[in-house]
Order: sequence, then structure tokens, then C-alpha cells
Amino acid sequence: MRRIVPGWVKWPQMDFPLLVSLLLLIGFGLVVLYSASGQDMSVVYRQGTRLGVGLVAMLVLSQVPPHILRLWTPYLFALGMALLLATWFFGVGRSTSRWLDLGPFRFQPSEIMKLAVPMMVAWYLHPRRLPPDLLSTLTCFAILLAPAVLIARQPDLGTALLVAVSGCFTLFLAGLPWRVILGSAGLAAAAAPALWYLMHEYQRNRVRTFLDPESDPLGSGWNIIQSKIAVGSGGVLGKGWLNGTQSNLEFIPERHTDFILAVLSEEFGLLGVLLLFALYLFIASRGLYIAGMARSTYARLLAGSLSLTFFVYVLVNGGMVSGMLPVVGVPLPLISYGGTSIVTLLAGFGILMSIYGHRNFIR
Amino acid sequence: MQESLLFGSRATTALLLIVGAILLLSLRYVFLQVFSHDEFTTRSISNRVRIVPVAPNRGLIYDRRGRPVAENLPAYRLELVAEKVEDLEATILALGRIIDLPEDAIEKFQKNRSRHRVFDSVPLKFNLSEAEVARFAVDRHNFAGVEIVPYLARHYPYGELLTHVLGYVGRLDENDLRRVDAGNYRGTTHIGKVGIERYYEDRLHGNSGIEKIETNAQGRVLSVLERQDPAHGDDLILSLDVQVQQAAWDALGDRAGAVVAMDPNDGSVLAMVSKPSFDANLFVHGISGENYRAILNAPNRPLFNRALLGGYEPGSTLKPFIGLAGLELEVITPDKQVFSSGNYYMPGGSRPFRDWKKGGHGWVNIYGALEQSVNTYFYRLAYEMGIDAMHDYLAQFGFGDRTGLDLLGENRGVLPSRQWKRGQFGLPWYPGETVIAGIGQGFNVTTPVQLATALSALANGGSRYSPRLLFASKRMGDEQAQRVEARLAQQIPIRDSANWAIVQEGMRRVVHGERGTARAIQPESAYQIAGKSGTAQVVAQVEGSEYVESQTAMHLRHHALFIAYAPFSNPGIVVAIVVEHGGGGSSQAGPVARAVIDAWLSQELEP
Repeated sequence: MRRIVPGWVKWPQMDFPLLVSLLLLIGFGLVVLYSASGQDMSVVYRQGTRLGVGLVAMLVLSQVPPHILRLWTPYLFALGMALLLATWFFGVGRSTSRWLDLGPFRFQPSEIMKLAVPMMVAWYLHPRRLPPDLLSTLTCFAILLAPAVLIARQPDLGTALLVAVSGCFTLFLAGLPWRVILGSAGLAAAAAPALWYLMHEYQRNRVRTFLDPESDPLGSGWNIIQSKIAVGSGGVLGKGWLNGTQSNLEFIPERHTDFILAVLSEEFGLLGVLLLFALYLFIASRGLYIAGMARSTYARLLAGSLSLTFFVYVLVNGGMVSGMLPVVGVPLPLISYGGTSIVTLLAGFGILMSIYGHRNFIR
Repeated sequence: MQESLLFGSRATTALLLIVGAILLLSLRYVFLQVFSHDEFTTRSISNRVRIVPVAPNRGLIYDRRGRPVAENLPAYRLELVAEKVEDLEATILALGRIIDLPEDAIEKFQKNRSRHRVFDSVPLKFNLSEAEVARFAVDRHNFAGVEIVPYLARHYPYGELLTHVLGYVGRLDENDLRRVDAGNYRGTTHIGKVGIERYYEDRLHGNSGIEKIETNAQGRVLSVLERQDPAHGDDLILSLDVQVQQAAWDALGDRAGAVVAMDPNDGSVLAMVSKPSFDANLFVHGISGENYRAILNAPNRPLFNRALLGGYEPGSTLKPFIGLAGLELEVITPDKQVFSSGNYYMPGGSRPFRDWKKGGHGWVNIYGALEQSVNTYFYRLAYEMGIDAMHDYLAQFGFGDRTGLDLLGENRGVLPSRQWKRGQFGLPWYPGETVIAGIGQGFNVTTPVQLATALSALANGGSRYSPRLLFASKRMGDEQAQRVEARLAQQIPIRDSANWAIVQEGMRRVVHGERGTARAIQPESAYQIAGKSGTAQVVAQVEGSEYVESQTAMHLRHHALFIAYAPFSNPGIVVAIVVEHGGGGSSQAGPVARAVIDAWLSQELEP
């Protein structure tokens, strides 16, 4: 059997703590999804299929050594940029052009960038002296901003920010000086009013609603209000699986996608939420641990950035559902029903596993 | 290795940051799920559970023989939930293309909407035709938030025949809500506007029930969690007999006028007709402006209830009461003879007061005076009795006051006295006014209901009952209907019962006497009728002029009046009739009385 696969494959390359916690998370997610979809088994099957595809991608990528990935990085990034430009011209989808129609399935090129941007920044920083000097820093910013701007124009501000953030994490882990970090943060804060003018009207509404949801309880405030009611009425122990009235009676909008955490909170209560957060925290910190084990700069930066970005998803989604953050289209990772993001996320964990599996392997 | 150390420190910082962030986020969930749990639980329940009023079924109304006269028929109405409709204007416009939506219906809807919450269903159009229901069913998917709701619509099977008694129900409006318990009417769309429907509104309406329903976010009802059934309104049984009512209606023909028939033994009203009338069903679903103007502008004011509101000069129909007053107050004796020469002069006066018959009737006593309606006799009697004594005695029969019939807005009429005239005009009383009061003219105003009530008391020997339309009522779930007690308004003191018999006999001779003015209506059958005709002047006669009916314009002609009871020996029915501009009381109103009495007695005498 070994001869038919390339010699650099060490079978199997798995990080069992990570794998087990991921499977627990996915299992929990499917259970919640069954309720959130209005007990529609076909939704669960479709999600299961995607998870299957994602797990295969994870398995495959876990066998690819990090230095091979590093070699592929510029090509992946270039492909991603090309596809993003293609959506500019050939995109489909309701009111936004995020999707590319590839015959049997539709595909969101911005998802590639969630992996390609941190890979590209890590690739760029890998041969250089760290902490990065001014020129390298500026180059990195250029690398992360180019796709982010394209994605923001789709318009998909949530993903654009997450893509940019993943690049920033890479820079941060590379040792970007604190004064630069704080300086840029200050600049960003100062630029916020300008950003307001660049936003689409629906995005502005989301911010307005976030600041005062009760101002339009039946319109744009509906999502936040109903979501908070679901979470709050769940209490400590929850209303029980399939018993959430807010979700079963369709008061929660997008209950099986972006707001699935509201369903979970309503039915499983604070205990369910804390269990979920604990799982996420474990996964992210395991990722950071793997990054610390890594031997190459590229692997280290990439692993760290992927873990942190993954966790930012959780924070943003959790903040949105509980009314702490404005409504941005960020799914709850590995639990929200949805296509490409699951595959991308699991592919990312494949990379982490590969890095873990090849931790003693010096190029 | 320095690089690895740098990474380590950054990774540790990152770990601390994410642990801090997740703790912060967890605190947010603790705040929502532990500290705000009660508040959100309440909101979650009020989100899904809605309390909906359940309107009670309106009580039915029957006549005394159990014929339904007001019933509830299944119908469909169009309702709209403003919150669920995206563009109200456009939706109403689009609905107008498949359903006939008059301007006023839309106006009413808009007005109605203001007193409802956005998620309440507000009716837009009632009584949809089958075609409209079908057309809407086809297009339904285009109309989110619009629904067809089945309901029970009031229907009056006898149409205009009973309108002035039953009245009608109409759309509940702001004014109505001021006089009822608004909470009890939250699910109710119609309310009694006039007539019996209005007078007994609280009993007919019943008490609203409550349904706790579970709805989803779209407001669609998923299940009924709890239901408190409404208490349906009481069924009412009227003392009215549709057959007698119909007989009165037919007998009046196309003349304007009123008929009131009562049972003198308890005051229950057997028939109450006012003509012209109109179809009450037009008002139930909201009358169109066009139809309303047609009724409003029709000749002889169909909306006007003559039996209750019509004030007529009683004329000679007052004579039996004045005669009785004379006897009981000992102003006259049964044997007293008075000579009628055709003209009566007050002592020392020069103005002639006429008899209706040229040359007069000769010598007459009280019997003859009633039989032939001799004015001179009553001029003299009135003059001798004086207006105040006459007022006080006649007041006992209910003249000049509301009878207490169970309908709103009754006319009091006028029973004149010195005090009344001073209060009304600030003028002193003139003796000549007493003289014409003796034949029921001058200031006297009575309603047909008053005449019937007064005659009942005369016929039964002094018991004046308040007339009643309600005979019995039946509560939801009761086996037996509850009879309504007769209400004695006044027991008139009797000095000598022979006096009463004299007046009654005089009235009998009006129909059965050789010279009776109403001999024409004598029944061939076993029973006898006691009656009295009267003529109400529409315009006071100019001194010295002659009233020639055929030469007088229709709207200036006298009203014909007739009061009667039968059977004479054991009175079972009293009638009071007015035929507007009919001219002679006996010839015009008499036959109507006969027809009504026949209709009642033919049933009553059946085994």
C-alpha cells in the first residue's frame, strides 16, 4: 500500500486531541442543526455531506508536509485573486456577487482567501528576518489588503475583515512591534468615520440597529431582539432539545445559519453555551500549541494565524447573537449550516494537523 | 532561536487575549441567561402567545309564536392585518380589482384601524358574495396578511315589516364604544343601533370569550392553548305577532301611518307598524351612500318611527277619556242632556265652536255624545271641568308622558295645563283653549303608543301597564324562556265602576249603535268592538272657512285616527291607528283597526 503514495507521506498524520474535539463539536452541531432546521433531516444530510467533504480535505491536507504547502502558496494566492476578479465580472447570487457558478455547485472564492492570505503572508515572512522591518510590514499589508478590498466590494464586509484579520494575526505572531500595532489601531479608529461613508446603506443600518435595536423592532432590529430573547429565555439549563419556542416558531431569523447559536442557547441554556465555548477554546489553544511545536517560521506563523482566526469567528458570531456586536454575516464555525466555509475550516485544520505531524521533520 | 522565543511570547499573549475575550463573551451570556432570564422568558411567551377575543353569538329574536325575526346567517368578511401587509395602499387597490370595495368601506376601515394594534385583524368588507370569495381564493397568494373570515351576519327575514320595532345592528364605531364596555366588544364587529337591537343590546350581545393561541413569527395560528368560551347573547321572544303585524301593514296599504296593537291585560305589544318603512338589512353590512340618500330623501320619511315618535293631535279619540273624567269628577251625570245646535258659545262668548255635523245632533246624553262624537257636549263638559282638572285626570292614563315602552327616544306628547302653558310659552291660559281641549284639539299631542296604552287602561278598568315588546328571554343553556313580568305603571282609582261601564258602552255604540260613526266596521261574528274615531288637524281651520277634503292639498289633509278594543265583553286587544292625511277617522282608520283585531282574534279564538 505504501508504495502507491508519495514517499513523504507518513500514514496517518493525525493530532488526536484536535480530531476528537473537532468531532465532538461537529456532532453537537448536527444535533443543534436538526432542531434549528425545523427537524428537517435533509438539511442535516446535506450538512453531513459537506462535513464529509471537509473531513476528507482535512485528511488529505494533513498528509501534505508544510514545506510542500509553502511551495504551493504563491500559486494558491494567485488563483484566489484571479477568482475574486472573476466574481467581479461573472458573480451570481442575491444582490451580492460573492458566488461563482461552477456547473454543479456554486463556489465562494473569498473562502480560498481565508487560507491563502495567512499562507501568503507567512510565505513572504518565512525567509526574512523577524521581527519584520518596515518594508516587509508594508508588503504584508499590501498582500492582505488587496483581496480584502476586493471581497469588501462584493460586498461582504464580514469576510473581508476576517481575511484581513488573518493576515494581521500572521504579522502579529511574526513579532510586529507593539508601537506599530498600536499606531495602526489608532489610525483605524481615526479612519472609522471615513469608513461610514464607504459603507453600503444596509451595512449602515446594521450598525444603527446594533446601537439601538428597539428603534425598529419589527424591521432591522428584529434579528437582534429575537436572538436576545431566545438566548435570555434559555436560562441556565435551556428549554430542552427541540423545545425552543423562539426557534421552532421561526422567530429567530436565519436560525440554522448565522443565528444557530441562538437556537443552541435557547435549547441548551448557559451550560450548553459554556460547553461549546470550552470546546472552541480547547481547539484554538491546541492550535496555538501546535504552532509553538512547529519547526519552520512558515508553519509556525500559519498555524498560529489559522487558530486565532478560527477563534475570532467564534467571538464575532457569539457577540452578534448576544447583541454585543453588530450583525455581520459570520457563521458559527463548523456548526452553522453553510457550504464553503465548512470545507475551508476543516482544510485549515488539515494544515494544522500536518504541521503537528511534521513537527520533528526538519526541511 | 530568538525568533522562536519571540513567537512564543506573541502566542502566549494571543492565548491570554482569547481567553480574556471568551470570558467576556461568557459573561455576556451569563448576563442574558441568568440575570435577564425572567425578562426574556416573559418576552418569549408574549412573542408566541396571543390572547384573542372570541365574539359571542348575538341572541336571536323571535315573535310570540316562535317565528325567527332576527337571525344569524353564515357569511364571509375580508380582514386585514396591517403589520403583515407590505404596502397597504397598493393591497387595497389590488383587492378592489377582485372585490367590490366602496369608498366608504375603505374609509371605515382606516378609521377602525386606528383603534386596533398593528397585528390585529381588522375587517375591510363584510358579506362577500360567493363570487368574491372564489376570486379571492384564487389570488390569495398575492395577498399576504389578508384573510377571509367566516362569521355570523345578522339577517332580518321580514325586511321592512319589522324595522321600526327591531331596529338593526350596524358596524361598531367610536360612539358605540363610549356607551359599552369596550373590553367586552374587542372581538365584536356589530352593535344594535336602534330599536330592540339597541334597547336590549347588553342582553343580545352576551359576553366575549378569550382564546390563548400560539402563533409563529408570521402570526399564523399554530394551536389553541386555552379557551374560555364566550357566553352567547340571550334569545329574545317578543310579544309581537308577525301575522297581526302583517295584517296591520297590509291594511295601511301605501298610506303613511302607524298602528299599535296591545294586549290590555298586560301591556304586551302585539303589533307596531310605522309606514313607510325600509329594509333594515341594508344597514347591517354598512349602507352605501347612495342607498342612504334614497331612504333619507324618500317621501314621508321612512326613517321616522311614527308609532313611537309621531306626535298627533288626538282629536275625538280623547273624548272617551274626557267623558270618564266628567263622570268620575261628577261634572256630569249619566242622564245629563245637552242640546247640540251646531254651534257652541262659551257663556258670554261670541265665538262659535262647531259641531262636525251642520245643524247639530239635537239633545244627547253621554252615550249619544260618544256614539255620534258630539263636539258641543264635550266643549261644554271641558268648560265646566276646567283645564287643570282635565289635565290631572287624563295624566293618570299616561298622556303627556313617556309610556315606558322598551324602545328608546319615545315622544312625550303634550297634555296641556295652565302650568304647562306658562312654562312653555310664558302665557296665561285662555278659556277658549279649554273648550277645544275638550275635543282633543289645541295643544294636545299624543303618540299612537300613548293612545293604545291609555285605551288599554280604559278597557281593563283602570290598570295602566307600561307597554312591552319583550315577552320572554332565554339565556344560553336554559331550557325554558323566562317570562317578562307585566309592569303596572298606574292603578287608576275608581270612584264608581258604573262610570267606566258607561264610557265603554258609549264606545261600543260607536261601532254597534244605530248612529255610530264607525258602523261600517261592525263585525258579523260573535264579538263586538268598542271604538272611537278621531281627526287630527294638520292646519288649524281658518275662522269661517269650510274644510272640504277633496279640495285640500294632500299634505294639508287631516290625519285619520281610530282607537278600538275587542272583544267588548272581555278585551283581548287594543289598537290605535293613525292614517296620515287620511281625512275621516272612521272611514279611513276604522277598517285598519278591524283588520288588525280580526287577525289577532281569529288566532286567539282558535281552539
